[in-house]
Amino acid sequence: MKLRQLSLFLENQPGKLRGPCEALGKAGIDILAVALADTAHFGILRLVVTDWARAKTVLEGAGTTVKVTEVLPVEVEDRPGGLARVLAAVDEAGLGIEYMYAFAAGARGGKKIVVFRFDEPDRAQTVLQAKGLKVLEEKEALGST
Amino acid sequence: MKSNWNDAPGGFHPASAHDFLPKDQLRQIQLQRLQAVVKRAYARQQLFRERMGERGIGPEDLKTLADVSRLPFMVKSDLRDTYPFGLFCSPMEEVVRLHASSGTTGKPIVVAYTQADVEVWSQVMVRSFAAAGVHRRDVIQNAYGYGLFTGGLGAHYGAEALGATVIPISGGNTERQMMVMQDFGVTVICSTPSYFLHLAERAKELKIDFGKLRCGVFGAEPWSDAMRERIQAETGIKAYDIYGLSEIIGPGVGAECFRQDGLHIFEDHFLPEIIDPETGMVLPDGAEGELVLTTLSKQAMPMIRYRTRDITALNPEPCACGRTIRRIRRIGRRSDDMFIIRGVNVFPSQVETGLLKVEGTLPHYQIVLTREKGLDEMEVQVEVTPEVFSDKVRALEDLHQRLETAIEHVIGIRAKVTLVEPQTIARSEGKAKRVIDRRKL
Repeated sequence: MKLRQLSLFLENQPGKLRGPCEALGKAGIDILAVALADTAHFGILRLVVTDWARAKTVLEGAGTTVKVTEVLPVEVEDRPGGLARVLAAVDEAGLGIEYMYAFAAGARGGKKIVVFRFDEPDRAQTVLQAKGLKVLEEKEALGST
Repeated sequence: MKSNWNDAPGGFHPASAHDFLPKDQLRQIQLQRLQAVVKRAYARQQLFRERMGERGIGPEDLKTLADVSRLPFMVKSDLRDTYPFGLFCSPMEEVVRLHASSGTTGKPIVVAYTQADVEVWSQVMVRSFAAAGVHRRDVIQNAYGYGLFTGGLGAHYGAEALGATVIPISGGNTERQMMVMQDFGVTVICSTPSYFLHLAERAKELKIDFGKLRCGVFGAEPWSDAMRERIQAETGIKAYDIYGLSEIIGPGVGAECFRQDGLHIFEDHFLPEIIDPETGMVLPDGAEGELVLTTLSKQAMPMIRYRTRDITALNPEPCACGRTIRRIRRIGRRSDDMFIIRGVNVFPSQVETGLLKVEGTLPHYQIVLTREKGLDEMEVQVEVTPEVFSDKVRALEDLHQRLETAIEHVIGIRAKVTLVEPQTIARSEGKAKRVIDRRKL
């Protein structure tokens, strides 16, 4: 199972980020990775959380627009050139990256997790695995912290 | 009437003679013309004839001016329903001009003029200019938009008929407007009041004055006495209000005289009534209600009892300028949800058409009108639904772009679209409040 990410629509205004994070905190849901994309007009908050289904319910209850997206958590060696190696594989396969961000925590034996949103997640998974890179299962990624 | 009208500040011009008729003589002219126009519309407008039939009346039942209240109303949707030429009363070979304005379904409404109609229009514009003290030695910068909109050509023909020098600069291009005003010795400007305030802001920034500019004839959108005071205090010119609508003829239905105390309706061509917008009952002079107009001399497209949706009151008191024709109070609001921005009539339903086209279903939305630096801005706030939301920035930016384009396509002017979070737009009970007008008129 691919990793499921929650995307939240935010207006680009002070205080807008706090609401959904507080709602998750009150519900006891842990945020494992976070990335914010912002434009002059709006922001998109992307979250990987411990329980995406419950988090979605909580956030929608708080009046937020939420979308569930499948992303690929790829293991990256935690040393200089580690990320570049993964990106070289992505590039050689002609894969388009929509966006990417790192897991906040979770170093495990010199490895880090970087989350990729590809245009073609299925082909990306096959290609990266063929190049000897480890694409984590959702359970592995969530359990890694 | 003075013969040396060119030098008189009071706006006396030969064409203005009908502004000063004794009341009973004016009423006599009105009745004769009303009987003739009703006869014409009855013979040539199927819709009008049908409605008269439903009421069991004919043109011969119109014996006094008061009998006008027995006639059926016309409304804006009648023009849409008969699009494009269904209300024309002249064959096309006699029609010399068509104008059109925005409609709610994407289809405009079309209005027609014979040569005689264009001449009447020019004459009422001459009378409008004359009332404001504009004369043939004036240089008039006409910054109303030229085109299908009646503002540009209406003011243009009137200015020429007056014998003034007209500069058909149309709207937009602020720098050029300022240059022309300085270099051509402009004494009178015609534009929307908000556009003139915009020019005034720019002039202040550029540290230039208005040269010989003496007065402005402003219309095509609602404004207020506070705005007039601001224009007059900041620029030192006199600001006059002019009223009109395409369905009736265009600008020149009524205009302020130099007393600046209400707009004189050119009653020998346009018969005004005030009605209760709820019941349709005619209200006495002085009472506030919806303005209803009947064209008394139009040939190509007479309008019998057209509901303007503009809220005002009729003032029958004689004016200090000497005109005997009645005045309406400045129009401040309308009885429907249509609003006017930058001279363009917009209905919320038009915005809905644009939103629907992009999203498939209608999201919650709100229109916010503001005025910054004298320029009107229209913002459409749209709640983001899960159906259209994407985790990708460019997908959302694309949505944003498509919404702006779709709205512009329907209403013809650019509106700023802001995507907002769900439930942030207030839901009111019953009819949603679609338009928030924050413009300080």
